[in-house]
Amino acid sequence: MTAILKLVNISKRFGSLTANDAISLSLEEGEILALLGENGAGKTTLMNILFGHYTADEGHVEVFGKPLPPGQPDAALAAGIGMVHQHFSLADNLSVLENIMLGTESLWAWRQDTAFATGRIKQLSRDFGLTVDPMAQVSTLTVGERQRVEILKALYRDARILILDEPTAVLTPQESESLFETLRSLVDRGMSIIFISHKLNEIVSVSDRVMVIRRGKVVAEQPIRGADRASLAEAMVGHTVHAPKGDVLAPGDVVFQLQNVSAGAADGGQPLVDVDLAIHQHEIVGIAGVSGNGQQTLADLISGLCRPGSGSMTLFGNKLAHYNPDVMVKSGVGRIPEDRNRVGVIGEMTVQENLISEKRRRLPFSKFGFMNAKVIEDHAARQIDAFDVRCQGPHAETRLLSGGNVQKLILARVLDAEPSLLLADQPSRGLDVGAVAYVHEKILDARARGCGVLLISEDLEELMALSDRIVVIYHGRLSQPVNPEDITARDIGLMMSGQSEAA
Amino acid sequence: MDFIEILFTAGFWAATLRIATPLIFGTLGELVCERAGVLNLGIEGIMTMGAMSGWMWVYMGGDLVSGILFAAFIGMLFGLLHSLFAVYLGLSQHVAGIGITMLASSLSYFVFRMLLPTATTPPKIDPFQSYPIPGLSDLPYVGTPLFTQTPMTYGAFVVVLVVWYVLYSTPVGLAVRMTGENPIAAEAQGIDVLAVRTGAVVVGSGLMSVGGAFLTMSAFDAFYFGMVNGRGWICVALVIFASWNPGKALLGALLFAGIDAWQVRVQQLPGINIPYQFFLMAPYVLSIVAMIVMSRRALYPKALLVPFRRGERT
Repeated sequence: MTAILKLVNISKRFGSLTANDAISLSLEEGEILALLGENGAGKTTLMNILFGHYTADEGHVEVFGKPLPPGQPDAALAAGIGMVHQHFSLADNLSVLENIMLGTESLWAWRQDTAFATGRIKQLSRDFGLTVDPMAQVSTLTVGERQRVEILKALYRDARILILDEPTAVLTPQESESLFETLRSLVDRGMSIIFISHKLNEIVSVSDRVMVIRRGKVVAEQPIRGADRASLAEAMVGHTVHAPKGDVLAPGDVVFQLQNVSAGAADGGQPLVDVDLAIHQHEIVGIAGVSGNGQQTLADLISGLCRPGSGSMTLFGNKLAHYNPDVMVKSGVGRIPEDRNRVGVIGEMTVQENLISEKRRRLPFSKFGFMNAKVIEDHAARQIDAFDVRCQGPHAETRLLSGGNVQKLILARVLDAEPSLLLADQPSRGLDVGAVAYVHEKILDARARGCGVLLISEDLEELMALSDRIVVIYHGRLSQPVNPEDITARDIGLMMSGQSEAA
Repeated sequence: MDFIEILFTAGFWAATLRIATPLIFGTLGELVCERAGVLNLGIEGIMTMGAMSGWMWVYMGGDLVSGILFAAFIGMLFGLLHSLFAVYLGLSQHVAGIGITMLASSLSYFVFRMLLPTATTPPKIDPFQSYPIPGLSDLPYVGTPLFTQTPMTYGAFVVVLVVWYVLYSTPVGLAVRMTGENPIAAEAQGIDVLAVRTGAVVVGSGLMSVGGAFLTMSAFDAFYFGMVNGRGWICVALVIFASWNPGKALLGALLFAGIDAWQVRVQQLPGINIPYQFFLMAPYVLSIVAMIVMSRRALYPKALLVPFRRGERT
């Protein structure tokens, strides 16, 4: 076995943040190396340096014994490196064929040899079980298919080293399994793979060797055979992780109630049909269901983004006269939205601005219509500290934060207002172990304080662990609430697919 | 003769094609820029510059064909300037474009006055003459309007075909469309995004400039102040109308030109008591209506207006 790829003493700084601190790595032929680390640990930065998107401040890269010129993606491609980015780099309005062919022919050719390219793509599809129609427009493909296109892109260019950045983050469990099979068949044919993830399970099942990165440094490196999961998790997070557990609390008054509510969804989503639901103080009500069964409409109702078409909705015992997000926030509703980057924060604005976006017009943040810069900055500094939001400070642009830190920012904003009703819509989706535990702890703290929580999640384990009662949503209707201790995950799964009703 | 009969006269169709010519050049130029993700609001000024520089070249003794090439070259220089701001420095494309328009328009008038300080009535050149295509121009009905035009009008139609072919059937066209859709993906495929965008803006600006030159070298024979008269802005709207598609851009330009040619003729009908301003308005009002209908389904380039900066965290 020989190392075909070497990264030597790579360091990269963004402002005062050291993303990579003297990282060295070597990849051997025909192995799958896993890079394990929390969000924001520096895995992606390292791979972007390897691929030439960024230029390292220090250190160098060698491929097949030759140094790789820094900062040139085309040099990396020519050296046989292919990369599948976490956020797919495909053009939606172009066809699969066009996405794959781009840059593979001389720019000044008078025509494109589409027949040859189509044939080659079909051949590769067959060889590696990556079924996809070359003529399809990318916007019509499922997430799983798009990922296949990304892998085909690398194969089309005869890549010998493939880097996958969080490839399973957007896949269903079945799609992930088929991806792993593809990866194994690639390795059997001499491909070498770097697999970036923060999910321990899949790393253990797919890789040969694991390297753990924490805060820009390599903290552990070992073969996967005989690796101890608990110790890997600890190396990744830096301390032992305990899954938080809520105390037994008696439910208090009803904080939110829906009676015979039907509501239409914006953008043609699944409407709610004749729904009854009550949330009490000191209670977490979990909503289980396959995505697209009306969760969005339910969340929009609580967020004030849509109004009930019929039936009655009461908040803290009062019927609402107006429905808009401002009214809901002022009444004491906290909202953790499903899509934190698109709906939860404004990426182009600073951390401190996002932290006060719901109370910008209130004392002491503004007075007589003027913002108080000092108060806002101090508030942000305190919140960043209290919620451990890792960023360059109150003035950092929010889009530069990693997913976990954006979620902490939203938690800070929402919980600072001490809401009496909390909507937590997919609060831990895409977060790493440490961040998930943190989010859960904060939600349980809110419950202990007397807040009623509506937890919408597709993660059954999360629902079973946190909820006092679970309600299944299916085709816009809600089941009777069930106690998580009286039911198995399998039964809930059946209810989610509409195959059984709760007793 | 009434409103409808006008549509069956050869004069109406000939005028439609003539009026459409600068719009076709301008719209295609803008389309090429926008397909690469760069809005070029310098178009109004670049067309003015093209009108002045092409005319001046001929007035100073050059021939017509090299005059067009000169106009295109000058337009490309302004395209390069726009690229410097909007592509390399990643500044606001709106601000840079408006700035180019102000600079190029004013500079055109300034240079014109510098070189011809004493001229009171605008001096004239010998412009392109109509060139009947042998054989085709003798066809009944369509011969006169379609095939008895000036060479630049024929050129406009050829350019539509060329732009369409290059965009959809060559590697460089694919690279242009990709940088307008997803520059990060294009870079990951080894494409130099900044170079491709610059190339598109330079070529597009050259086309715009030729559109302006048509006015002084083919439609008229002199350079007047304010002669581009908003045609550049119409082109920007036509690109949206066309959903960034060269074929539909041609259609849009013809539609707008047709309404314009029609309203001029309706104004002259006897017994019309409507103020002529309403007729002048017609092409604009109808373009707004057409835009509302067409652009709702428009597939705009995803990365339009998004500056691309290398090596920045995204």
